[in-house]
Amino acid sequence: MDEALDLVYRTERGRVLARLIAVVKDFDLAEDAVQDAFVAAAGAWAVSGIPTNPAGWLVTTARRKAVDRLRRSASAERRHRAWGELAIAWDAWETPGPIEDDRLRLIFTCCHPALSIDAQVALTLRSLGGLTTDEVARAFLVSETTLAQRIVRAKRKIRQAAIPYRVPSSEEFAERLGAVLAVVYLIFNAGYLASSGDELVRVDLCDEGVRLAGLLVELLPDEPEPLGLAALVHFQDSRRVARIDDEGQPLTLEEQDRGRWDAGQVAAGGELLARARRLDRPGPYQLKAAIAAVHAGARSADLTDWATIVRLYDNLLQWEPTPVVQLNRAVAVAMAQGPATGLALLDEPTLAGVLVDYHLYHSTRADLLRRDGRAREAAAAYQRARRQTNNIAEHSFLDRRLKELAESAETAPYGG
Amino acid sequence: MRYMLIVHNDPELHPVPGDPAWDELMAGYADFSKELASHGRPFIGDPLNGPETATTVRVRNGETLTVDGPFAETKEWMSGFYIIECDDLDQALAAAAMVPSAKYGSVEVRPVAEM
Repeated sequence: MDEALDLVYRTERGRVLARLIAVVKDFDLAEDAVQDAFVAAAGAWAVSGIPTNPAGWLVTTARRKAVDRLRRSASAERRHRAWGELAIAWDAWETPGPIEDDRLRLIFTCCHPALSIDAQVALTLRSLGGLTTDEVARAFLVSETTLAQRIVRAKRKIRQAAIPYRVPSSEEFAERLGAVLAVVYLIFNAGYLASSGDELVRVDLCDEGVRLAGLLVELLPDEPEPLGLAALVHFQDSRRVARIDDEGQPLTLEEQDRGRWDAGQVAAGGELLARARRLDRPGPYQLKAAIAAVHAGARSADLTDWATIVRLYDNLLQWEPTPVVQLNRAVAVAMAQGPATGLALLDEPTLAGVLVDYHLYHSTRADLLRRDGRAREAAAAYQRARRQTNNIAEHSFLDRRLKELAESAETAPYGG
Repeated sequence: MRYMLIVHNDPELHPVPGDPAWDELMAGYADFSKELASHGRPFIGDPLNGPETATTVRVRNGETLTVDGPFAETKEWMSGFYIIECDDLDQALAAAAMVPSAKYGSVEVRPVAEM
């Protein structure tokens, strides 16, 4: 029973909460009432079993609990006002409408640009994800109190500044959808590229990112960019097992055993990307997914169609002219045309200046120097990368590279 | 909901009378006032003179302390304000983006605390 209830909590809480917020127009009251409903469910379902429509049962119960809470609420004036609002909401409640719309409204509210990015992530995970506050706090290495305060502040701003609870109008839609996609991708990457602590991947956050991307596809089936994002996270997630060796050390794309890439995830990514392409409106997430698809289709790094990848990066730069995209493009150029050509792009002063504090810039540069046979410079660049990350697994990886360089220098006295 | 739009200007970037951009800016403000009036909701708004004309008053232990100038030296200073009625923050943000000086400085949007 506990397990079954846990599953319902993880899969249905967002839907139930979104519906309640739509009815009571108050984030806190809705959250409390939904919590009450889950407590009630634990008792009632243990006796009568799980109802056929658990979400419907929970919404009805939560609605009743919200009324109870309003009846008990201290201030008569507030109670009066709340009743008025609830009466209006009741009418809206009776009009049938697709239940999914509530979750779509909720995700746009949670990812409103008037909230800080930290608050957007916390609110999205807390209201539409299946993690508890404690789990979200641990995933982001903050205390539960800090996270709770962040959420309280965000909810206060939603109320006091009247951040609307609705899907944005068509002229704002593209920009605001971009913000939602960014938050979901950030959640996935926070799990995938954990940059401190001793775990390289935080599985919970990866799972939440994949699930939220899937939810966006479900809610916006005719938008190509959510499909692109969902495809991208599936492709990346397919390498979850293969990108770490038995000792927990990260492996580069080149070193990974491609037989261990999850074929099911790759196939799912491919289908999502094909659906996105049929909508014929390209965008940055679709391009990133297309790049991941080229990798997924190649049997080894050498057999990869690097020329196509360079071309996809050229396109991506039109959408996202950022130093990180330039860095990744330089790697693809190095693979297609040799390390020296890639290095020339990395050493271009503007790019080098912007990325000077980014550990992946130095480890990438080190890697190209190593391939180009410049061992001494490569070692210096690996050292530099090592100083700029706190991730223990990354440290081990860089140490391994440094050790390999030292060994190859011993066997070839004139090398480097 | 009432919101205050607090207009901040960067004097190094903001046009001054005589610049070709100045006339355009003034026309922009006239259009913005018309736009606000067209919604039929009450609003007020005015420009302010520069920080060199400011006087700051504090009351400490029953004593009034008056000093010349603004509270702090900042690059941007408050140059005007509006108080407008909106349904929600998105409407207020859309209005803020239409303030002509937003191109040169910034517009802070704050909900009025309804007591």
